[in-house]
Amino acid sequence: MAMSSKQIVELNVNGIPHQLLVEPRKTLADVLRDDLGLTGTKLGCEHGVCGACTVLVDGRAIRACLMFAVQAQGPEITTVEGLASDGELDHIQKAFAENHGLQCGYCTPGMLMTAHAFLAENPEPTREQICEGMNGNLCRCTGYQNIIKSTAAAAKAAK
Amino acid sequence: MKPPPFKYHACRTIDEAVGILDSDPDGSKVLAGGQSLVPVLNLRLAAPDNLVDINSIESLDHIRVQPDHVAIGAGTRQYVVERSDQLHSVLPVVREALSHVGHSQIRNRGTVVGSICHADPAAEMPAVFLTVGGEVTAHSAAGTRTIGSDDFFESYLTTALEPNEIVTQVKFDIPSGRTGWYFEEVARRHGDFAILGVVALVSLEGDTVSRARITIFGGGATPLRMTAAEQLITGAKASDIGGDLLERAAIEASAAVRPTDDIHASADYRRHVAGLLTRRAVTRSLERAGSPA
Ligand SMILES: Cc1cc2nc3c(=O)[nH]c(=O)nc-3n(C[C@H](O)[C@H](O)[C@H](O)COP(=O)(O)OP(=O)(O)OC[C@H]3O[C@@H](n4cnc5c(N)ncnc54)[C@H](O)[C@@H]3O)c2cc1C
Ligand code: FES
Ligand code: FES
Repeated sequence: MAMSSKQIVELNVNGIPHQLLVEPRKTLADVLRDDLGLTGTKLGCEHGVCGACTVLVDGRAIRACLMFAVQAQGPEITTVEGLASDGELDHIQKAFAENHGLQCGYCTPGMLMTAHAFLAENPEPTREQICEGMNGNLCRCTGYQNIIKSTAAAAKAAK
Repeated sequence: MKPPPFKYHACRTIDEAVGILDSDPDGSKVLAGGQSLVPVLNLRLAAPDNLVDINSIESLDHIRVQPDHVAIGAGTRQYVVERSDQLHSVLPVVREALSHVGHSQIRNRGTVVGSICHADPAAEMPAVFLTVGGEVTAHSAAGTRTIGSDDFFESYLTTALEPNEIVTQVKFDIPSGRTGWYFEEVARRHGDFAILGVVALVSLEGDTVSRARITIFGGGATPLRMTAAEQLITGAKASDIGGDLLERAAIEASAAVRPTDDIHASADYRRHVAGLLTRRAVTRSLERAGSPA
């Protein structure tokens, strides 16, 4: 088996540059959580299926469990911690809170990041488009109806 | 659920990547979008010593639409291909098929070439490649060769590629003449791998079928061309392709697939669906080709 030595990795997360010493086999999700203490990003399945680890890389939603941190140098990374400003939730977070878009909250960071990327591309989505846009994220609590409702409410609020 | 240690190589050029692969072909893996390989690593189903990352090789990121084919670079992500209007205008089946590949988060990283190299028999892009026809360009330290779509898929997750080769691009042929297409898959949920699916292209000259390509995916160890069904309708007048001929094409397709039972569906069910989808694919492709059928 190959030796894995640590290397310097520079990440730009929520507008803040970081320099870290990490093994190349460490996923972006693990580095965000373990090295940067940004535990808002959740890990569910760790093989791409559940969506709990979704973050934005240059505005596009990706699975942070399927990308190594060494690969994430350069682009702007946004995690759920980067959404609120000055303690004020953003309009998508508010829509989820107001429409019961969460229960236990474990899937919520991934849902919020997916909703961000989705609404940026589809500012006036139909219900059907919301269902398709959000279907890469699993939720074991809500039954999804209120997540769809929250996303629709967020689209309305942005207008 | 953490990958075993590996040496990571962020390659800048094809030569650099090919050089590392050549120095240790069996201990190295090409890393493209990582949407199939990283799950395999996280689950420790593979433990390569060297990971050859091709994401920073700029020359691999392109879509080139030519009169008779479309070339897609190995670095070009599925979402970019999905959104290309130029490609869509000559091969509309590609966008439709890509919309069924996983979810947007997967397509934001995954590449079309990576999906073809991974060769999952239930995947959409390998089936599209086999249907439209074309070739991949493979580079190794020994030089460059092309492999045609009919020779590429060998078995479950196995292609004609050697372990020291990198695919730099795939070419999809653009059909000539009035061509209709069809894509459909049966899956438990949108975004899941297909239980069974079909891709078809049917071209007309006048009222006669000049070329038919029908591929079933999820019905065997590779995507499968339904050659007997294709032959039945090739040369037929579109207006004659009705009940009896469609029935025979469906029977041929059901007999040509090699499905197995799994937790999602029985082999019998898959054989049934293969016939059904083949019949529908012929009918709808002919409609799209603009025939009166
Ligand atoms: C939750 C989830 C759902 C998915 N659903 C679907 C689905 O419904 N349909 C579907 O088709 N796919 C699906 N996928 C897989 C996805 O499409 C992958 O992107 C694709 O299979 C592989 O492309 P990649 O660029 O990510 O390749 P990688 O994962 O980087 O590589 C895959 C394999 O191909 C090899 N390889 C890649 N590029 C090259 C190259 N240029 N030359 C030589 N070898 C190469 C690698 O070494 C590796 O063995 C899903 C993935 C996930 C995580
Ligand atoms: S933890 Fe990344 S998709 Fe489940
Ligand atoms: S709120 Fe509990 S998993 Fe979605």
